[in-house]
Formats: sequence, C-alpha cells, structure tokens
Amino acid sequence: MAFVQQSSPHAHNARPTSRVMLWVIIATLPGLMAQTLFFGWGNLINVVWCIAVALASEAAFLKLRRKPVAFFLKDNTAAVTGLLLGLSLPQFAPWWVSAIAVITAIVIAKQLYGGLGSNPFNPAMVGYALVLISFPVAMTTNWAEAAMLFQGAPGFGETLARILSASQTTVDGWTMATPLGEYKHKIASHTATEVLAHPTFGDGIARGWEWVNAAFLAGGLLLVFLRIITWHIPAGFLGALMVMSLAFGANADQYAPLSLHLLAGGTMLGAFFIATDPVSAATSHQGKLIYGAGIGILIYIIRSWGNYPDAVAFSVLLMNFAVPFIDYYTPPRAYGHHKARRGLPGKNQG
Amino acid sequence: MTQLWDFTGGIHPAENKQQSTARPIRTAGLPERLVLPLQQHIGDPAEPLVQVGERVLKGQKIADVSVGMGVPVHAPTSGVIESIAELPVPHPSGMNDCCITLRPDGEDEWRERRPLSDYRSLDRETVLGIIHEAGISGMGGAGFPTDIKLRPPKDRKVDTLILNGAECEPYITADDMTMREKAAEVVAGLKVMAWILRPERCVIGIEDNKSEAIEAMQKACEGTQIEIAVIPTKYPSGGEKQLIRILTGLEVPSAGIPADIGVMCQNIGTAVAVSRAIFEDSPLISRIVTITGDAVREPGTFEALIGTPIDYLLEQAGLEPQRVNRLVLGGPMMGYTLTTTAVPVTKTTNCVIAATEAELPSPPPEQPCIRCGQCAEVCPMELLPQQLFWYSKSGEFEKAEHLNLFDCIECGACSYVCPSSIPLVQYYRYAKGEIRVQRAEQIKADRARERFEARQARLEREQQEKEQRRKERAKAAAEAQAKKQAEAEKAAETGEAVDERAAKAALVQQALERKKAKAAKATATGQETAVSEDKPDLETLEKQLSQAKAKLDTMQGMLDDAKAQQADNVDKLERAVAKNHDRVERAEQALADAHKAQASTTESQTSD
Repeated sequence: MAFVQQSSPHAHNARPTSRVMLWVIIATLPGLMAQTLFFGWGNLINVVWCIAVALASEAAFLKLRRKPVAFFLKDNTAAVTGLLLGLSLPQFAPWWVSAIAVITAIVIAKQLYGGLGSNPFNPAMVGYALVLISFPVAMTTNWAEAAMLFQGAPGFGETLARILSASQTTVDGWTMATPLGEYKHKIASHTATEVLAHPTFGDGIARGWEWVNAAFLAGGLLLVFLRIITWHIPAGFLGALMVMSLAFGANADQYAPLSLHLLAGGTMLGAFFIATDPVSAATSHQGKLIYGAGIGILIYIIRSWGNYPDAVAFSVLLMNFAVPFIDYYTPPRAYGHHKARRGLPGKNQG
Repeated sequence: MTQLWDFTGGIHPAENKQQSTARPIRTAGLPERLVLPLQQHIGDPAEPLVQVGERVLKGQKIADVSVGMGVPVHAPTSGVIESIAELPVPHPSGMNDCCITLRPDGEDEWRERRPLSDYRSLDRETVLGIIHEAGISGMGGAGFPTDIKLRPPKDRKVDTLILNGAECEPYITADDMTMREKAAEVVAGLKVMAWILRPERCVIGIEDNKSEAIEAMQKACEGTQIEIAVIPTKYPSGGEKQLIRILTGLEVPSAGIPADIGVMCQNIGTAVAVSRAIFEDSPLISRIVTITGDAVREPGTFEALIGTPIDYLLEQAGLEPQRVNRLVLGGPMMGYTLTTTAVPVTKTTNCVIAATEAELPSPPPEQPCIRCGQCAEVCPMELLPQQLFWYSKSGEFEKAEHLNLFDCIECGACSYVCPSSIPLVQYYRYAKGEIRVQRAEQIKADRARERFEARQARLEREQQEKEQRRKERAKAAAEAQAKKQAEAEKAAETGEAVDERAAKAALVQQALERKKAKAAKATATGQETAVSEDKPDLETLEKQLSQAKAKLDTMQGMLDDAKAQQADNVDKLERAVAKNHDRVERAEQALADAHKAQASTTESQTSD
C-alpha cells in the first residue's frame, strides 16, 4: 500500500478564490440592476464589454508569461476587475476608453507586477485614473441622465450605437452632469437651494444615484455577512467621510452636504467593492481601519478642494502607496505578548 | 457555573467523532509481537536493560534513561525479548529507530506488585518517584515526562490545575471514551496530581460536544472540589494555551510555560496512568487509541498495549486496504501521514485515521496569496499568517521571527481556510527549521570566533609580558647609568679628582714628574740606571693614558646622549668632559716628554 504523504492539516474547508470572486460578482448585481433601472443600458453594456476585454487581455498576457491560462482565468479575478470598471465608467463612455482602462488595469497594473496577488495598486482604479486623466471630456460628459428604463431612457440599440461611436462628444438630452459635479461647479456662485434645483438632484438626494448607492450598500453588507470582507475598511472609509463632512461641510452653501457625499457618486461601490480589494489593501484590523479612513479623508479633500468632483480612484491609489507602511506599524498583539511588535526587526539593536 | 473566556480565531471543522464513539472501548488483546521504541517522547532515549532471548514479566522495566530527561519503558506483557534493533517508528519523517521487540508468551504474568492504598502517607518526592518509575509521559502532545512536569520551577506556584478534556481535534475520541468509561480513574489520578501540586483550583475542561463524557465526569466529581468546565466546541480549544485562556482568562507568556502564570495542564490519559501507577502499581503499558476513518468498517476505540503494531489494530477495526488513501497518525489538523502500517502504538499515539480519497481529498493546487486575511481571522495565536508566509517563502526569516513565527502552534487553522490552498503550516515548519539550523551554525561560528579571539588575546598578552620584561631591564640599565651620571656630575661640579680618571691622571702627572726628576738625575749621574728605571715608567704611562682616553670617550658618549635627550645636566657634563680632555692632553704631553727624555738618553748611550 502506498499512502498519500502530505503535511498537516489534512482537512480543508476553504472557499476557493474563484468562489470568493463569484460572491463579489453576485454582490454587485443589485447595484448593477439599480444602475440599469435608473440610468439605462449603458452600465450593463460596459460591464459585459469590460469583462470580455479583461478576460482576453488576461489570457493573452498569461500566455505571454507562459502561465497556465485556464488555471488563472478560472479564479475570476480578471472578471471582477472588468466588472468593477464597467460599474464605474460613465454610461456612454466610448468603447475604446473602456478598453484602454481595462487593458491598463489587467496588463500594466496586474500582470506586469507579477499577476494575481502581486499588484501593489488596485488594478481597476489604475485603469480608471488613467482614462480620467487622459480623456477628461469623455469621462465627464458621458454620464447618463437619470431616466427610468423603458420610460424615457435611450433604448439598448441606441445606447450601444452611442458607445460604439468613436466620438468623444456627447448628445444633449441623454447626458447630464453628475450631482457631485454639478454641486461642485455651481456652489461657488449659487446658494445650496439654487444648486439643488437642478434636475440631476431630483426630488430626493441625488436622482437615481441614491438608489444605486443603496443597492451597492446592500450588496456590500452581504459580503460582510458572508465574511468575504470584514467591516473595517468600509467603516473606516464611510466613518472618515462622515466626520470630515460634519467637521468641514456644515455650511451647505459652501460644500456638498453629507447626504450627497454618501449617496451620490461612487461612494458605496468604492467603500465595499473597490477599497476592499484585499491584494492592495492593508491586512490587520487596525490597519484596515486606518486604510479605509485614509481613503475617506482623501475623498473628502479632493471632492471639496480638489479639481475632481469624485475621487474614489485617486484616494484608493494614494492609500495603496501607504499600505506597506500601515502594515508594518499595525500588527495585532499576538497571544502571550504584552504589545504588538511594530516596525521592522532589529531596529533597536543597532 | 465556571466563568469562561474566549480565544481569538479558531475554526469549526467537521467533527467526525460519532463514528468512533458508537462502540465501547474494545480491548485489542495480544498481538504476535510488541515493538517498543526506546524513545517515545520528547527528551532522551532509554537504554535497554535486557538481553535478546531473556524472558521478561509484565510490567518489568526493560529500558531506562540513565542520563538526561526521560522515563523508563516496561514490558506490556510477559514474554521473550526477540530483538533489539532499528525498526520503523511513528515519526513524520518515516524513520527507523531502536526498538525492543517482545514476543508475548500468552501467560500475561505480572511482576510482583505493591499497590498503594494511602499515598498521602508518603512524601511527595516518593510519589513523584513512583510516577517516574511507572514510565509516565504526557499522553496528549509531545509526551513530556510527567514527573518532571509535576515539579514546576521552585519560584512558581501552580494555582490552577487543568485537566484537558477538550479533545478539540476532529476524529479523535480517545479522551472522550476514557472519560465516559474510566471517569473514576481519571478523577483518582487527578486527585494524586492535585495532592502533589496543592493548587487552589482544579478544573476539567470539556468541549460541549461530549455530553456523555461531561455527564460521567460530573458524576465522578460529585462531592469533590473539582470543577467541570463545559466549553464551546471550537478548534483548537484543546491547545494548551487556548484552553488556559478559556478557563482562566490568562495568557501563557511567549516562550514561557504555563507555570509562569500559575497554571498547569495535564492530559486525561495521563491522569489514568497516574492512577494506575499509584493504586495498582501498574506502569504505563497500555493506552486508548481511536481507530477511525472511512476505510475501516468498525471504527472505534481500543485499549491497546504499548508496542501493538498499528496494522493489528486496523485489522481489528475492519480495514479495507484497497480503500485507504491516506493514513494519518493523530488528527486531521495536526497529525502526520504514515508510510507504513508496521509502526507500533507508543505512549503518545491517540488516533489513527484510515481515510479514503473522498474523506480527506488532496487539496487543489496552490494559488497565489490574495492577502484576503482569512488566515489572520482564524489564527488562535493572533499572528499574521499571511506575512509569515511571505517572509518564510522569501527567506526573510528575521522578519518572520519578528512577527512571532515561533509562537505558531502549527494548529493548521490558517491552511484550513486558505482560499488559495497554500500549505501555510508547511512553510512555517520550513522557516522554523531553517532558523534553527542557522542558529546552530551561528552558535558554532560564535564558538570558533571566541576560540580565535581567545588565542589572539593570549598571544598578545604574551607579547606584552615580553615587552614588559624588556622595559624593566632597560629601566634598570637606565637607572644604573643615571647613578653613574650623577656621580660624574658631582665630580664635574666640585672639580676634584675624586674619580678614578682624575686619580689616574694625577698619578700620571706624579709619575711624569718623578721621571723628569730621575731623568735629570740620570743625565747627571749615569745612563744605565736611568734606562733601567725609565722603562717600566713608560709602560705604565702608556697604559694609564689609554685608560684615561677610554674614560674620556665614555664621558664624551654620555655627553652626546645627554645632548640628544636635551637633559638639563648637559653643561655640567660638558665641563667634566673638558676637564678630562685637559687631563688626557696633559697625560699625552707627559708621555711625549718621557719618550723624548728616553730617546735622548738612548741617543746619548748609542752615541757613546
């Protein structure tokens, strides 16, 4: 009899990476449905397109790197990167803008750093930041006007044709400034009441956006419940954003109100799905809180005093830089020790 | 109700215990051969006390540890020693080690026994001696000799004695069944240990999935002060450090022992062994082993003699050989795979799992770590398994140690949950092994360096001593010189011809004067006498002159030295030299005169 020789433990009950990623994909579905319902077919088309480009570029580069293609494609991580970009990009972003964002994310931000697990920056956000800087017109003027699907929103064919056209310019009547962008640009010369009269805000907080954010919040809570992510990063993120908003933005005639910060733009998608990318995030609980809070603070700073109306991508990338540092200084206290061993070894030994 | 604490992390693997608890403990009986490894526990191996061919009685000591830490080995039954040789032993490496093979004669004849009824009348050292002589080592983990463990360091008092009945690892039911069926013995053994240690608190921790064991123990402990703590089922609650945390809220310091915080843990099986040693005078010759897994038809627990080959037990449990995929000794979380069923039951063997492929499937291929942090969530030592993995893999052992690699208890919880199927524990074992090797090499290198440095220091010291001696000699010489110099100075100051040189110069002077007078006389009175008298005078004069010159040279040398050293007596010496110089000149003059005088005499003689 020849028995299997293996190191302990012999029992495993892991939720494999592929299933973790599948759960992430499932958890984004409420958000994607809300986006489609309130802003038309744009996001759905983007998501499909981005996932396709992501899988293709991942496969191509795995082949170039002589890695087993099927083995890695099955982990669903490339699909998630494509998905997150599809959810983040403007509804009418031209197809090639999306493709550049996805290829940048997969090839440069992920594969060139060594593939899965080795990327210091959030791949989707690297792609997003690149196209945001490179194609500012396409990235700011292609946001769909909130309109219920089948009740005024452009049809599937029209949307697809719009995305496939090579032009960066937009068609009036389909697009509209985002609530955060509108508020940012008008509040300097108008009162809050005047600004909020713009149709992009609708009757509630931010027409359509509030539901999209609520749906992403719901999906995110599902991930926390399933223990796929811990609560620390979203809590740090949203907590810091709230504190900043309450501390600096009390005057609605000067700064966007807290409700807009939380429920407009990419806040909930960022807090639960983007900032929580484990590869590029801090690892300990304390580190995750600090990391999340850093993102929340940066988002507020950039939104309020920077040039961009939304700032999830830049904030996440900036905090990605800080992750190794955060990790060195936030290890938990281990059992049987009085305190945590912070920093690097041998620092006090000369 | 006992107050309980929780430990961080932990997992809830499938328990798989009911398979082996359905049947009562079976007695395994006498196999054809018993194989008794000389090393069955941490510490030093025992040395055989018997010869091949010798008949031994049940309970007879057949091997003992003469030096180092260990306990004796006893014959589990009567029979004949068949061999003392290297045979496969249960070890992760699948190695062979020295074993005594005993062929039972079927008589099961005991050596003479002297059971104690009242151990309390003895002193504690005697009772500890009995426990040692009974060959008892911890029957749960590494098998630390029980008598040594029961002697905590002098400055430590054990306040809480814990009996570990958690048995948190899946499949294993040896302690569970022992508590169900041998509760009285467990309590008796615990009482002996409590009597030795005199703790304030005595508590048995049992996981809440063992309701029958809890009931049996509660019944056995009625009327005693022993607490039964029912703890939540969570792996690894039976880890010593975790159980201590659950029952006391205290943490064993890193690199410390439980006695440091006044706690001691003992195993259920160990308590039974102590009870038998005291009350039956029976050494540790058998233990309870769980034989389980889907590849055996009748899984269950066996009371097996130490040395019983595992294949004998597997056969009794109805092994289906073609179904075995993996044979695990111990539990599925921390046990190790066996290469052969030919290894014997030892004092620490608690479970054998004959698992089918479907039961314990091989893990999928390793994927890259995605830093998800699941491992850190479940780590019961609150470590950062992910960082330890990175550092172990990349060989950054210093960083791994900094993050407390050596606090890892290798419980396997991190590997159990890893979504990337990374064999984390294996990486930690590798890193620990590498660090140990490096440390050993470092110690060796340090010793070599110390030796080299000691030699260098010795050579240097010798050199210094040599130099010291040379300096002393030089100093003595210099002092002597200085004394002479001082005298010379004195002479120079007074201007008196107190030294020999001056005296000699004076003598020369006198001699010259005499000679002159004589010469004059000779010229006047006759040449022969003059010549005859002059000759010795001339010789003396020459001799004295050369001596005076030599002295002058010496003086001149001293003066030069003094000048070179810029001594303050230079001018005095100069004066002394000048005076000596004058004297030498005078002596030369005198000698020249004497020569002239003689020459004139000779001339006058020859001319005559």
